[in-house]
Amino acid sequence: MLIKKPDDIKGSEITRKGDQESFLSRRTFLRGAALAATAAGTAWLYRRLAFPEAVTQSGEKIGGVKVSQPPIREALTSLEDITHYNNFYEFSTDKDAVASKARNFVTRPWTLEVGGLVHKPRTFGIEELLKLHTQEERIYRHRCVEGWSMVIPWVGFPLASLLSEVQPMSGASYVAFQSLADRKQMPNVSTDILDWPYVEGLRLDEAMNSLTLLSTGLYGETLLPQNGAPLRLVVPWKYGFKGIKSIVKITLMDRQPPTTWNIANDHEYGFYSNVNPQVDHPRWSQATEQRIGVFGRRPTLMFNGYADQVASLYTGMDLRANF
Amino acid sequence: MKDASFHKLLVFVNGLVPLAFLGWDAYHHQLGANPTEFATRTTGVLTLVFLTLSLAVTPLRKVFGQPWMARVRRMLGLFSFGYGTLHLCTYLWFDKAFQWPVILADIGKRPFITVGMATFLILLPLAITSNNRVIRWMGGQRWNKLHKLAYLAGILGVVHYYMLVKADTRVPLAFGGALAILLGYRLLNRWFPRWTEWPSPKPKTLPH
Repeated sequence: MLIKKPDDIKGSEITRKGDQESFLSRRTFLRGAALAATAAGTAWLYRRLAFPEAVTQSGEKIGGVKVSQPPIREALTSLEDITHYNNFYEFSTDKDAVASKARNFVTRPWTLEVGGLVHKPRTFGIEELLKLHTQEERIYRHRCVEGWSMVIPWVGFPLASLLSEVQPMSGASYVAFQSLADRKQMPNVSTDILDWPYVEGLRLDEAMNSLTLLSTGLYGETLLPQNGAPLRLVVPWKYGFKGIKSIVKITLMDRQPPTTWNIANDHEYGFYSNVNPQVDHPRWSQATEQRIGVFGRRPTLMFNGYADQVASLYTGMDLRANF
Repeated sequence: MKDASFHKLLVFVNGLVPLAFLGWDAYHHQLGANPTEFATRTTGVLTLVFLTLSLAVTPLRKVFGQPWMARVRRMLGLFSFGYGTLHLCTYLWFDKAFQWPVILADIGKRPFITVGMATFLILLPLAITSNNRVIRWMGGQRWNKLHKLAYLAGILGVVHYYMLVKADTRVPLAFGGALAILLGYRLLNRWFPRWTEWPSPKPKTLPH
């Protein structure tokens, strides 16, 4: 067998000094390029995953808005934050991403069907609803069950005025609400993260309370898709998820209607879901809240600060059992 | 291999990229409407990302027969610990403002916090023992045994994440799936080393 003899001269000795330097500098260059390229890739990936696309949109001005309530003495949350931090699971479960996922949501034409135990069931077009009642500005605290809050200048009209239009029957004691569930426009409606369509409900006396609002806008302009365009419910003494968005149907009933989050997890989300700092969510405390745009947490108020107007609705009820 | 230090540099620089962005965005008030939540969520996810990457090193090294990969494992693990520490700090500072009685009550009362804290307490000794001197002092076998806990930390980390989301469990489940694959590989590799590893170069028989 042939055994190769080692060369008398090593390869490195043949290479001239200049070649070696260029080899080294080429290697340094390649390494620098690899570092830069991977870092750029990581940066791109981070930006892509952590930040949704930025969107700037604005609604149409709503004319003749009546300011009917003395404003609360807390700073308003910025329009930017109100329109870019949203829970609207039909579009995305990432609050920062809803605005971009919902940007092309079509809200005209839009109809709302009101029926069930009413004397005059009717379908309303959105334009009709905007003229049904004077549009009012109502500045409300908004407290999410997740522990953050905002102060929002809603525009809308009392739900009571819509209900009086259809004349509830004497047997009606609950109001059920239903959102649009359009697979084509709402990507998550094809998933089973929640039962679709999103449904919510109120007791009739809660629905008739003068604080309860059907909102058509905020900051004087029509709602953007991410905030529940073109029509959403606002119940300021309840956790935000009670404020069902993009409503297509309202039904008066003689019994308590099912509600989406209660279906998803009945240990954690009750039918009432009144803001209550004394009753914790099983997984986190509700005693304090993070006001968006303000550093640090503040105490959460009973009924979100609306106890004077609504506490009487619940006299004699165990609020721990009826959470 | 001479390139080890370069591979480490590569991991080091890339591991710092998210931190640099976090710092830059925080400084420029670009962390969105709820910076506390953003920082907490992002550092938490990064902890799991680096933990998963560090656990992927050994399987990938064996499958592709790339021994050099082992040399970046420690750094990946330390990045996981680093982001985990930041994650814990965002909770202690921004969320709870260092109110220790509230924090202690929270740890006792809320299972997802309890599990998260347990995860950190597992990562802590792993980070402390991640240097050559301690490895020599402990002996490789004992060190290896201790560092098997990284899997437990991964599982607890995923459970912690799964427990805190409201309804959309897809991302925590994805991490869980990745962990299951990596853990599954280890079991398979133990039983069928020949089928699950890149054939190691045969020792050359010397010619006579």
